Amino acid sequence: MTMLHVVNKSPYNTNSLDTASSIMKSDDALLLIEDGVYGAVKSGKAASMLGSCKVSVLGPDLAARGITEDKLIDGVEVIDYAGFVDLVEANDKVQSWL
Amino acid sequence: MKLTIQVNEGPYQHQSADTAYFFTKAALEKGHEIFRVFFYHDGVNNGTRLTTPPQDDRNIVDRWSELAKEHDLDMVLCVAAAQRRGIVDDGEAERNGKDATNIAPGFRISGLGQLIEGGVQSDRLVVFGD
Amino acid sequence: MAEVTKKFMYINRKAPYGTIYAWEALEVVLIGAAFEQDVSVTFMDDGVYQLVKGQDTAGIGMKNFSPTYAALGDFEITKIYVEKESLEERGLSLDDLQHLVWEDEDDDWAERDSIRLVSRTELADVLADQDVLFNF
Repeated sequence: MTMLHVVNKSPYNTNSLDTASSIMKSDDALLLIEDGVYGAVKSGKAASMLGSCKVSVLGPDLAARGITEDKLIDGVEVIDYAGFVDLVEANDKVQSWL
Repeated sequence: MKLTIQVNEGPYQHQSADTAYFFTKAALEKGHEIFRVFFYHDGVNNGTRLTTPPQDDRNIVDRWSELAKEHDLDMVLCVAAAQRRGIVDDGEAERNGKDATNIAPGFRISGLGQLIEGGVQSDRLVVFGD
Repeated sequence: MAEVTKKFMYINRKAPYGTIYAWEALEVVLIGAAFEQDVSVTFMDDGVYQLVKGQDTAGIGMKNFSPTYAALGDFEITKIYVEKESLEERGLSLDDLQHLVWEDEDDDWAERDSIRLVSRTELADVLADQDVLFNF
């Protein structure tokens, strides 16, 4: 059984990304949305939290915050809301790290 | 996939109400079933018909009402949370001696059991909040 | 009430009183107890503060709802996970928390501890085993 972990907070504001990335299992998926997308920026300190897990980020939230895809950590997948729905379906349950 | 959506925050204050809406809409467009959208904590504020957002901004409440109408959605405001925050329908007005109601179209007020039932009956529970 | 039995996990990560999430989450847990699901509750991150004993809310004018945690056992909620790392980070130990118990009717109503102290790694396994995760 795999879990989709959703983080919507900036890693510089709360510990949600830290908690999520340290508790998730290797087959789980991580999705960054809303202010959580800042966690996917490669020059930031938080980039090191992400390790080797499968990371997706919500494109509309990136664009809203002026983050272009070239600023992202390598291997991060940019998805839309339809992709978000697919991720929910593809994993057995969803954990929202609010 | 049968989904229950939990919305913990009110309109405008947090992005959660927006994200929940776009997620719900995308799920419906993909042919999934929304068992229920359950509004808790400040999320019940998504259900007041008295908002007047600026003309050039999205109307979050109307958007939910329209989505509910188009797809026959069950949108539930938790009664305890609604009482605390002043979202009132006819039944609540009568029960609690209020001189007005403000519930928006497409929403109904009911108990927390509706959220639990959503968890029991759905394939996935997705929580949007702060 | 329901033919299906799922593993329900209620996750608490926020401190009490500064926001309403702790109290309103507890209300869900109590109502949910009537639905005969396999219920567990987790306290982690700032959520561990909810269980700290000796809360006196008179000065802030709020209802002290902490006695409600002691009633969870009566609602047949017997699996309360508290994350070790969250306690340690905050300079807390189990001694700082309420002693929560439930009464085992299969053992002459013997009192048993409800709190299971788990490491983050152990908690990951517990969460992976659940069907439905509630967050507040």
